[in-house]
Amino acid sequence: MFTMLDYDFMRHAFVAGGIVAVLAGVAGYFLVLRGQAFAGHALSHVGFAGATGAALLGVSPMAGMLGLMVLGGVAMGALGQRLRGSDIAIGAILALSLGLGVLFLHFFTAYASRVTALLFGNVLGVDAGMLWTLAISGILCLIVLAAISRPLIFATLQPEMAEAKGVSLRLVGILYLAVVAVATAACIQIVGVLLVFTLMVCPGAAAQRVTCRLGRGVALSVVLALAQAWLGIVLAYATDWPVSFWISALSVGTYLAAIVLGKRLFRRGPLEPDGAGHSHNH
Amino acid sequence: MNALSLHDVRVALGGRPILSDVSLEVGVGQFIGVLGPNGAGKSTLMRTLLGLIRPARGSLRVLGAPVKRGNPAVGYMPQTRAQDTSSRLRGYDFVACAAGGNRWGSPWAGPAARREIDWAIGLVEAGDLARRPLSELSGGERQRLLLAQALIGRPRLLLLDEPLAGLDPRHQQSVVDLVAHVGRELGATVLFSAHDVNPLLNALDQVLYLGRGQAVLGPVKDVITGPVLSRLYGVAIDVVRLPGRIFVMAGNSPAEEADHVHDA
Repeated sequence: MFTMLDYDFMRHAFVAGGIVAVLAGVAGYFLVLRGQAFAGHALSHVGFAGATGAALLGVSPMAGMLGLMVLGGVAMGALGQRLRGSDIAIGAILALSLGLGVLFLHFFTAYASRVTALLFGNVLGVDAGMLWTLAISGILCLIVLAAISRPLIFATLQPEMAEAKGVSLRLVGILYLAVVAVATAACIQIVGVLLVFTLMVCPGAAAQRVTCRLGRGVALSVVLALAQAWLGIVLAYATDWPVSFWISALSVGTYLAAIVLGKRLFRRGPLEPDGAGHSHNH
Repeated sequence: MNALSLHDVRVALGGRPILSDVSLEVGVGQFIGVLGPNGAGKSTLMRTLLGLIRPARGSLRVLGAPVKRGNPAVGYMPQTRAQDTSSRLRGYDFVACAAGGNRWGSPWAGPAARREIDWAIGLVEAGDLARRPLSELSGGERQRLLLAQALIGRPRLLLLDEPLAGLDPRHQQSVVDLVAHVGRELGATVLFSAHDVNPLLNALDQVLYLGRGQAVLGPVKDVITGPVLSRLYGVAIDVVRLPGRIFVMAGNSPAEEADHVHDA
């Protein structure tokens, strides 16, 4: 079993998985807290159009993916509240992105062999150059997140009060979704466009089920994402099944377990039930 | 110095006039009940005082200074959002996000911020509630924590938007008593909007009644009368007084408790 670290591609896979898991664990926790999980999912599909479009133009697919996704993130952030809960608009962006990707592939069929890796990930194919790209974008994202997290949390939990206290909801929303775009592009290298939910959303959602503390929630989200990524690679090595299958299975399994555990942890009801707490008005 | 002074303030939203030429003065330390039919501009007035909406004309001063967004002397409790009732986050973290939340940086609260958060939670006696997730609290318990959040920064003017929405009468009274207590403790002026004046009767100094773009400020006995309210509602209103209760009736139905949705 331990011979797996003798291979370059396995060492690369563990390092890449580690970097991406830390980034996705932190960025994804806030994605769930803000109710933007679906927006993050759609953003990854924008990456599909970006990568195939760049390949068609002869540019680096990673650059095309990052560029178009950050643009998409900024646009979504600028729309802000108007996009909130608008799953039709977000779903439309998702569909159009996949459609454009198919069109670009039609004109540049040579790239078609890479499509499976783009859609479902290829962590075992990460080279040293990509490791550097992941490390640098990961560090940049964490720095930006550290700089914006205080107003981000305020704007997430109490947008109207935050606005009254001088926070620009739009600016915070744009910066955050730009970070999400980069984090999602990094996730695509591991699990692909279609499975970014497994690293970006499930760990944060599971963490919020089992702890009501914000700091611990972020930490737990990172730990879960790391465990899923690394364990997924180990299990893939042992079984020869795809890494992305194992990561998605572990991720959904963890989320289900967190729901069950969360119900046990927080079984008590209100101290003084007044029955009116859930319906906003009469 | 007055807590509020408005001269000929006109506010329009999307071309629709909400307040037209409102002038009023509110003294420091007063507890003001803000009342009026749906869409009369209760939330709009508060958002204007916070600097979130610019009046089309007129002058507005808050605590002796021009209105400025982000004024630390003004505390604000927005209407409860559906997300608050389902949030799995514990009350403490929810209150804490308001401490320095307008500054860039990471949310690690220093000793001074932690003292401020503990002070606010202590003032509303919500120490135990703050350890539990918001989703598990009753509406009244949640309002306690939201009030604590509005107290961060020790404001001298408190703008509370519909804190009683969705609460049963017993909890309504406890929230009003708590706000009155906190207001006295801080020497703060309180603007408290509500759909029904009755839960506020014991705490009120004056009412500010809004309707059809106008505002009338004064003691309950002068403002909540048939002629004044008929003018503000634009329909014939009867006011029936019983010991400790007031009924405002439009035709055969209570005017104040009419189907209430979010105000403009």
